[in-house]
Amino acid sequence: MAFEQLDLFPRAALSVSDLTLYLRNLLESDDLLQDVWVQGEISNLSRPSSGHIYFTLKDEYAALRCVIWRAQAQRLRVALQNGLAVEAHGYISLYERDGQYQLYVDALRLAGEGALFQEFLRLKARLEAEGLFEPARKRPIPAFPRRIGLVTSPTGAALQDMLNIIRQRYPLVEVVLAPVSVQGDEAAGEVVRAIADLNRRARPSVIIVARGGGSLEDLWAFNDERVVRAIAASQAPVITGIGHETDFTLADFAADLRAPTPSAAAMAATPDGAELRHKMRQLERRLASALGARVQDERHRLVLLRQRLERLSPLRRVREDRQRLDYLSTWAAHHIAGGLRLRRLHLESLRARLESLNPRAVLARGYAILQRPDGQVVQRVAQARRGDTLHAHLADGYLVTQVESLHSHSAPPTDGGSHDGDLESRRVAHL
Amino acid sequence: MTETWKAVESLTYEEAYAELEQLVQRLEAGQQPLDEAIRLFERGQALIRHCQALLDQAELRVRELDRSLGAEAEEPPEEAAF
Repeated sequence: MAFEQLDLFPRAALSVSDLTLYLRNLLESDDLLQDVWVQGEISNLSRPSSGHIYFTLKDEYAALRCVIWRAQAQRLRVALQNGLAVEAHGYISLYERDGQYQLYVDALRLAGEGALFQEFLRLKARLEAEGLFEPARKRPIPAFPRRIGLVTSPTGAALQDMLNIIRQRYPLVEVVLAPVSVQGDEAAGEVVRAIADLNRRARPSVIIVARGGGSLEDLWAFNDERVVRAIAASQAPVITGIGHETDFTLADFAADLRAPTPSAAAMAATPDGAELRHKMRQLERRLASALGARVQDERHRLVLLRQRLERLSPLRRVREDRQRLDYLSTWAAHHIAGGLRLRRLHLESLRARLESLNPRAVLARGYAILQRPDGQVVQRVAQARRGDTLHAHLADGYLVTQVESLHSHSAPPTDGGSHDGDLESRRVAHL
Repeated sequence: MTETWKAVESLTYEEAYAELEQLVQRLEAGQQPLDEAIRLFERGQALIRHCQALLDQAELRVRELDRSLGAEAEEPPEEAAF
């Protein structure tokens, strides 16, 4: 056997422990290995109850076992998880029992996106505490913008998408483009300047800050504190449309409105033309029906007025007078008829009374009425003289008589004989 | 009592639309005399025609902000087609 042959010049064999110790000393005497940063992705993360943390750092081609002692683990500020890219600092040594070299980690920071994200969260917390993201700060987006300021890349698809949507929805607006680079070191500064310039020079109704989709690093300019402050300070309300639906940047938090994409931002900034036409038709109908109702009211009032007018018309007066006349004449006819009966009654009674006074009735009882030829009835002696012709009316005719003498029954008057007749009648009486 | 109106043609869409909305509300309230109501109605029709014409005829104007530093004057109304 080959092994046997090597033994021709035997050397003292090292124990495993000796070799391991040898290797360990070798590793621990190397300056680089005792103070090293290693970047990799965490896998096989294990956190036993001992409080120590074990994991493997790996990249595409290799793996490195790592341990964080409990004391360091407790000071750790990064939430470790599998897949997280980190940069670990520590020294390389050898775990003798397993014959395994490993990195004894005393510091750890997130690498790449992980680090960016941590920074993102820290900055977000700080700006949030400052009140930059307060809902109360958000201004309303004007319903009918006159001018839209666009802060975006002049070459990106996002610009064309937004212009198409604006043209389609509300071509009445004017678009002012402030071209910027949307990634790279220059991006943040350019975006800040673009927002300020637009506000100062174009006085837009609203500003859209937009960028198409990309990695978190691509979108990093929109997490820049200066950009966030520029958006918060903008005079015109700002709509952000950065990346995709799932991307949130600090610019989004500071914006008056966060749209999930550039296209959505363009829609949010403009009223929908079709909707406007629809509203316009509605207003047109309301306008027509309002006037219709008004005319209807007027017609009704006219009818009422006509009725009032007719009540006041002279024709109506005439008709009413005629009606009253009819009434009156009926009334009168009734009452006149009654009056006639009454008068007839009166007349009848008068006639009866007259009849009772009929001198003929007296004559029939044997009396006579003396009447002078001139018709005067002779009631007293003094009315006649001797020789007068008197007619004596009897019941069936009259006698013509002549007065022979006058005889008065009454006593002679006491005064000085001014009444010839009386004297004469006395004379007749004494005759 | 009859208010004087700005010429319809001079109104922006926003102004015309706002006036139209307010006018319709007033007409619906129906407090004005009939001749005033008819005047409002005719004004409303003119506003609608104006708004529709604005929408129909509008061509999106796009221009680039003149970033040349030191140019303090307002933007010249130059327009660039995109």
